[in-house]
Amino acid sequence: MSITEQESAEMKVVGTRISRPDGVDKVTGRARYGADLMLPGMLQGATLRSPHAHAKLISIDTSRAEALPGVKAVVTRDDFKDQPSEIVAAGELPVNYRDVVRNMMAREKVLYDGHPVAAVAATSMSVAKKALKLIQVEYEVLPHVINVVDAMKPGAPILDENLRTQGDESAPDTPTNISKRVQTGFGDVDAGFAAADIIVEREYDTEPVHQGYIEPQACVASYTEDGHAEIWVSTQGHFLIRSFTARLCGLDVSKLKVTPSEIGGGFGGKNNVYGEPIALALSRKAHRPVKMVMSRNEVFRATGPTSGANMKVKVGCTRDGKITAADAVLNYQAGAFPGSPVMQASMTAFACYALENVRVVGFDVVSNRPKVAAYRAPGAQVVAFGVESVMDEMAKKLNMDPVEFRLKNAAKEGVKASFGPTLGPVGLVECLEEIKSHPNYSVPLGPNQGRGVASGFWFNIGGETCVNMNLSEDGTVALMVGTPDIGGSRASMSMMAAEALGIDPKSVTVSVGDTNALGFNFLTAGSRTTFASGKATVEAAQKMILELRSRAAKIWDISVDAVVWEEGEARPASSNAGDFEPLTLAELAKKAPKTGGPIAGHAETNVQGAGPSYASQVADVEVDPETGQVKILRFTVAQDAGKAIHPSYVEGQYQGATAQGIGWALNEAYIYDENGRLENPNFLDYRVPVASDLPMIDSIIVEVPNPNHPYGVRGIGETSIIPVTAAIANAIESATGKRLLKLPMSPPEVLEAIEGNA
Amino acid sequence: MTKQHVTTSINGDEIEFLCETEQTLLDILRDELQFIGTKEGCGSGDCGACSVIVDGRLVCACLMLGVEAQGKKIETIEGIATKEELHPLQQKFIDHAALQCGFCTPGFLVASKALLEKNPNPTETEVRYWLAGNLCRCTGYDKIVRAVLDAAQEMRGASA
Repeated sequence: MSITEQESAEMKVVGTRISRPDGVDKVTGRARYGADLMLPGMLQGATLRSPHAHAKLISIDTSRAEALPGVKAVVTRDDFKDQPSEIVAAGELPVNYRDVVRNMMAREKVLYDGHPVAAVAATSMSVAKKALKLIQVEYEVLPHVINVVDAMKPGAPILDENLRTQGDESAPDTPTNISKRVQTGFGDVDAGFAAADIIVEREYDTEPVHQGYIEPQACVASYTEDGHAEIWVSTQGHFLIRSFTARLCGLDVSKLKVTPSEIGGGFGGKNNVYGEPIALALSRKAHRPVKMVMSRNEVFRATGPTSGANMKVKVGCTRDGKITAADAVLNYQAGAFPGSPVMQASMTAFACYALENVRVVGFDVVSNRPKVAAYRAPGAQVVAFGVESVMDEMAKKLNMDPVEFRLKNAAKEGVKASFGPTLGPVGLVECLEEIKSHPNYSVPLGPNQGRGVASGFWFNIGGETCVNMNLSEDGTVALMVGTPDIGGSRASMSMMAAEALGIDPKSVTVSVGDTNALGFNFLTAGSRTTFASGKATVEAAQKMILELRSRAAKIWDISVDAVVWEEGEARPASSNAGDFEPLTLAELAKKAPKTGGPIAGHAETNVQGAGPSYASQVADVEVDPETGQVKILRFTVAQDAGKAIHPSYVEGQYQGATAQGIGWALNEAYIYDENGRLENPNFLDYRVPVASDLPMIDSIIVEVPNPNHPYGVRGIGETSIIPVTAAIANAIESATGKRLLKLPMSPPEVLEAIEGNA
Repeated sequence: MTKQHVTTSINGDEIEFLCETEQTLLDILRDELQFIGTKEGCGSGDCGACSVIVDGRLVCACLMLGVEAQGKKIETIEGIATKEELHPLQQKFIDHAALQCGFCTPGFLVASKALLEKNPNPTETEVRYWLAGNLCRCTGYDKIVRAVLDAAQEMRGASA
C-alpha cells in the first residue's frame, strides 16, 4: 500500500478541514475529563508528600488520621508489595517496576520534594486535608543534590547505594548517581576533526521544564469485593495504566477495566501512573469509589518535568562548509530514578546532517528531583539547543547563510543517518527550501532585531494497535480506537475511515474504547496515533469492504471477485459480471441479517513503518537593550507531515509545539532553594507563554509522503518543538552579537550577556 | 461544621445551595451543583480555566468563595449557547480548530464573551491582552485569536 500522486489527487476527505466530532461537547462544557466523574458514595483522596529533597523514612504513624471522623482509609508503603527490578517500555521511556512502586509511594527514602509518603480517602476534601496533617512522619534528613554536574562528582550525595553505571566498563564498582552510559555514532571522529579547517566547541546548560498540561492528573478508582476494579482516568495510555496498576495492586490484568476520560493535555506527562494505584488501594480499603485529583502544586512537584542537561558539542568543518566531524557529550538529568531520554537525545543529536564521522556519548544521572517523564520529542529538544547553536556559529564563521549551510549538509534519502539506518524519503531539504523562500526570511530587520534558524528531527513510532469497526443497521459506522484523542484524532480517524469506505465522515462515529473493549493499544505518544491507529483503521475498513463485497456477491449470486467497492457502494466489476443495481452501504447493512449477520472490520497489529519527520524554523526577535526582554516578532515553521489528514490540526500541532518551545527558550525553569525545595510550583512563578507573549505562528505543511502509510502520514505532534530554543538563541545572537549558552534566556540572563564583556 | 445557605442565579435559573465557608465558587459549581464545564487548572487564579461571569464581570471561580455568590448573577459555559444554536464564539472555535484537548476551552469562551460584550470590535492585540489570563498549552493561541476576531466580526454584522 503506498500513495501515488494520482491517488492523492483523488482523495475526497483526506486533506479537508471538517468540523471535529467532539467539538460541540468541548465548546459547551459537556466533555468529561478526569475530575468530572461523580459516583455514588465517592470519597475524596489526598496525598501527603515529602517536604524534604532527600531523607530516610524512619516511621509513619497514621493512627490519628485514621481516627478522624470521615476518614475511610489510609495507605502507606506498607500497602504495596515491593517489586523486583524489571524494565518495561512505558511510552517513549523505559521504566523499572522496582522504581515505579517507589516513585508512586516512597519506601526506604524520600528522594525529592513532593515524593508521596501516605494517602487518605475521606468523605470530603476538607476532612482529607485535615487527616493529612494528623499523619506523623519521622524523617532523617540527608544531604541532597539537585544539579546534574554536581550529582556526577565524586563525593556527591548518593540516592541509591545499589546503583552502578551500566554500559561503562571503566566505571568503578562503587555507588554512583550515573545510572547509564550510552554511545552512538560511526566513522573516525578524531580523523574528521584533523581534516577540519574550523572547529566550534561549546558547553551548554538547560533547566528542566514541565509539560504544563492545563488539566492536572485526575482519576476515580473503584474496587469491588469480588476482586474486580475500574478506573476512570485522564491518560495518554489506559492500557499501560491497567498494566502498571494491576501489577502494583496485585490484580489480574483482565479484572481491571480502565476507561480513558477526555484528556486535558499530556505532551508525554500523562504516560505514567501516579495516583491511580493509590486511589485503587484506598478504594480497596474503604469499599467505596475514590477520586484523586492533583493540585497544580502537586503536578509541578511530583509529575514529570523533562530533563535539564549539561552538554558539550563540537563540530568541525572545511572552509567550503562541509562538516567533517560532529561530537557531543550529554549529561541528562533523570530525576530521582534512572530513565532520562538520553538515548533518544544521542540518536537525534546530529540527525539533521549527512555525516561521515559522528559520536555522541550520553550519561543518565539521578538527582533529588521528580522522576522525569517524556515531553514532546523527549531528549531531542534539549540537545538541539546545543547542536543547532553550534551550527549557527559555524555558518557565521564560514560567512555562509545558515539555511545554505544546513542545505549543504542536509540529511536526505539514501544518507546513513547519524543514528545508524539509511534514510528513506524524508523532507528536511524541502523544509529548508520553504523557509528560505518564505517572506519571513527576507523581512528587513530594525534596530535590536535579529533572525535565527534551526532544524529538528524526530523518529515517530508505530506500535501495538487494535481497532474495531462496526456497521450499524442503518449503514452508519461506529469505529472504536484504543488511543486517547489528545488533539483531534477522532476527526482524523473518521476521515481516514470515510476515505477508505467512500462515505461521508459524518457517517462515521469514533470513540475511544476502554481496556475491555479492545486488545492492547500502546499509548498516544511518539506522534503515533494518526499514523498507527489510522493505518489500523484503514486495514479494518479494507476488511469490512471485503465482507461487504462478499455480501453483495451472495445477493447477486456471483463471485466476490466480480464485485468491486466504489464510492461507498458495491458494484459489478464489469458488464460481464451481470447487470445489477449497485448496493449502497445502507442497503447492505439492512440486508445483513439475511446475508450472514453483523458486518464488521477489525485490525490487531504491531504497526511498523513510521516515517521520520523533519522541521525547520525561522524566528525573528527584538531584544530590549534596557531590560533584556526578548519579544518574538515573527515565527515560521515548516515541518514534513507526510500527508496532512486534517490540515488545521496539523497546523495546530506545529503552533502548539512552537509555543512550548518559546516558553522553554525564554521563561520556563524549575527553581530550587538551598534545601532542595521547588520554589515555583505554580503558574504564576512558572510562567508559560500567554496570548500576549506570542505572534501568529506561520505554519507550512510540507508533504513528502511516508510510503508505509496508506495516505502517506508520518506523525506530526512533536518535531516542531525541537528547533525552537536554538532558533531563538540564534536570533538573539543576530540581534545583540551575544551568544547565550544557557536556558532559559530570561531577561536577567540576556541583560547580563548584553552588558557583560563577553 | 455549619453550612451557609446561599441563593444565587446561574445561567438565568435561581439556585440554592449549602456551602462550607471555605468552599470556593468553583468547588460549589463543580462538586455540589455539577456544572462540570467550569474547569480547575490551578486553583490560584493563574490559568483562567474556571472563568465565569459574575454580575457582568469576568472572574476566576477559584478566587471567589461560594458564599459570595449570594444574590449574584452567574454565567458559566453551560449558559452560553441558546437552546437552538451555539453562540457564534463556540461555532467559530470549532470552525477555526481553536481547540485541541479542549480543557481550557470553556474558560476561553467565557472570557472571550466577556471581552466582546465590552468591546465588540477588538484588535488582535486587544484580544491577546484580554485573554492573557487564560492559559492554553496546546494551540499556541494562533487559532484562538483568529476565532475570536472572526466571531466578533460576525456578531457585529448580525447586530448592524
